[in-house]
Amino acid sequence: MYQYTDTDQNLVDQRVAQFRRQTEQFLKGELSEDHYRALRLRNGVYIQTHAPLLRVAGPYGLLNSKQVRKLAHIARFYDKNYCHFTTRQNIQFNWPKLEQIPDILAELASVQMHSIQTSGNCMRNTTADHLAGVCVDEIEDPRPYCEIIRQWTTLHPEFDYLPRKFKIAVSGALHDRAATQFHDIGLHLVKNAEGVVGFKVMVGGGLGRTPIIGQVIKPYLEKKHLLSYLEAVLRIYNLYGRRDNKYKARIKILVKESSLAKFSALVDKEWLQLKDNNELSAEQIDAMCAQFSAPSYDDQAAEDQSFAQHQITNQAFATWVKHNTADHKIAGYRAAFISLKAPESPPGDISDDQLDAVADLADAYSFGEIRATHRQNLILADIKQADLFALWQKLAELKLATPNIGTATDMICCPGLDFCSLANAGSIGIAKEINEALDDMDYIHDIGDLKINMSGCMNGCAHQSVGHIGILGVDKKGTEWYQLTLGGSSENNAAIGERLGPAVAKDKITLAIVTILDVYIKQRLEEESFLDMVSRVGITPFKEQVYATH
Amino acid sequence: MQLIKDQQIIDNTWQYIADDDELRAGDISVSFARWQCDKQQLLAHEGKLGVRMSSTDSADELAEDLEKLQLIELDFPDFADGRLFSQAWLLRGRYHYQGEIRAIGHYIPDQVFYLARVGVNAFSPKVCEELPDIMNKLNDFTVNYQRSIN
Repeated sequence: MYQYTDTDQNLVDQRVAQFRRQTEQFLKGELSEDHYRALRLRNGVYIQTHAPLLRVAGPYGLLNSKQVRKLAHIARFYDKNYCHFTTRQNIQFNWPKLEQIPDILAELASVQMHSIQTSGNCMRNTTADHLAGVCVDEIEDPRPYCEIIRQWTTLHPEFDYLPRKFKIAVSGALHDRAATQFHDIGLHLVKNAEGVVGFKVMVGGGLGRTPIIGQVIKPYLEKKHLLSYLEAVLRIYNLYGRRDNKYKARIKILVKESSLAKFSALVDKEWLQLKDNNELSAEQIDAMCAQFSAPSYDDQAAEDQSFAQHQITNQAFATWVKHNTADHKIAGYRAAFISLKAPESPPGDISDDQLDAVADLADAYSFGEIRATHRQNLILADIKQADLFALWQKLAELKLATPNIGTATDMICCPGLDFCSLANAGSIGIAKEINEALDDMDYIHDIGDLKINMSGCMNGCAHQSVGHIGILGVDKKGTEWYQLTLGGSSENNAAIGERLGPAVAKDKITLAIVTILDVYIKQRLEEESFLDMVSRVGITPFKEQVYATH
Repeated sequence: MQLIKDQQIIDNTWQYIADDDELRAGDISVSFARWQCDKQQLLAHEGKLGVRMSSTDSADELAEDLEKLQLIELDFPDFADGRLFSQAWLLRGRYHYQGEIRAIGHYIPDQVFYLARVGVNAFSPKVCEELPDIMNKLNDFTVNYQRSIN
């Protein structure tokens, strides 16, 4: 994992000092609300319904145990004993006091963390495959490139006042787990005909109000040109992106309105003038890759017999292994998901005590590293199979072993009306209600792979438009209603969900979800996933049943 | 009014001539549009010449004329409009402009560190009282991650 140099540490410390001065100026009335707003947003500080919200960057989702303990400490001393993991692999605190935020940022800086550019119209936290470096289908580990991009985007002097926010994601595997097709720029590590790894570059994807699948702008970009190409795209966007209407200001609208061909020609013209002066050297790339070298794996790990034995004798453990662990490139190891989707707790939330315990488990079993996923769970990526049973027992005690990863109750959910000043409707309460209705684990496992994403407004923080089932909260004359979409996907087969019909009232939404699942159970073919069935039969069979019961 | 140039507080010696005003003696700047229309007349003027760019004007269209200009003012309509950051970069990085680039209008002191990095070397305050704040904020950071002009 990347370790800060003096430059990194100085930069983050100076940023804390800068924000402390800005906050003091604001509190003394020397900085206007409007100006301070732009500055605090660029430090992850929103003003929400109840209190400021602080969003801390989780660079490409990677954290160490010391950092997780610091999050626990902040939750305990500055907040209400919990924090929330977001769909951008970031961490949110819902109850900090504005005047204490500079102190919180100083605490974060002491463990090489920050909240720089986690909101505002600037380049945001770069996200990556949560199984980077350990998955079996990887072409190359994307994290060194994420860190190169993190540094390049951080405090970039030219691109901090963009038309709108700008998000980059990187995937290095065959299976796209980073939703790269729904980012302003999606980068996919690919091999060319000669077997040399470079980037496929996609542009103009995005969710929110106008979900659009990104288009390939460069089928193959040599690694050395990564930063010059990003610079060219950003400069064209900064100069030509719309600033007259914030709902049309994302790069996806520029690409769509000007056409990919014209946009691409502009970028190429710019890039040709930059590319030879700003190359990444092989030495720079190698040095960064060395920061992400593999930990010292035990080459005897696969010889353990207890793992197989425990699965035979303990059904609950076997179920957890099946749903909450993933294959690892090293024989005898698995990646273990920590489910933050226990029925009794809001999706993505974790308490201070749980954070401390997770940090201890990471130290004991997984080289001290923890990852956040864009589906709001955590991962201990390097667990020896011999340790999985003990890990599972401890996670179960912590209520972090709900075996529901990738299933109906592993919902992505935004904070909704309970916290967010933008929301039109609640989402946490609905998630709880759906959880209560789907309380039979066998039923959930029978349904299998299902991604339910729920946002409390059309800004779409929970990516509802790419949920297999998407739920979008809307306001109808002061009451909360929910629009349903089916068939979305953020993976390789990227698709935007199709709207099922008119919005459903709040007291009918759980019934509607249950009805959709019943239609699937009754009409699926053998081994057919929910998403496959929707693409086979369309939305009609679901629509008939959902609206028949209302 | 005073301003900051190259980290020094100095007196402003330039005057801006509005599009419907007669030219005056001394160092003058004019709008981008006026420069495009009245180039020959302006070049006959005694004294230094400057052009005031708004965020919708393009440095590319000034490229041929840069040797004739001693000042380019970047007139921020709103601090959130970041286009002029790229125009400053283009002036310095692509067209190697050597004269003064001055930020004016509705930028904020908290942006001057970035503006200086993309090549702006002079800052006209909204009010004189802003000068110390601008001077301090030019030094918000001693480190940076990426290449730019400075």
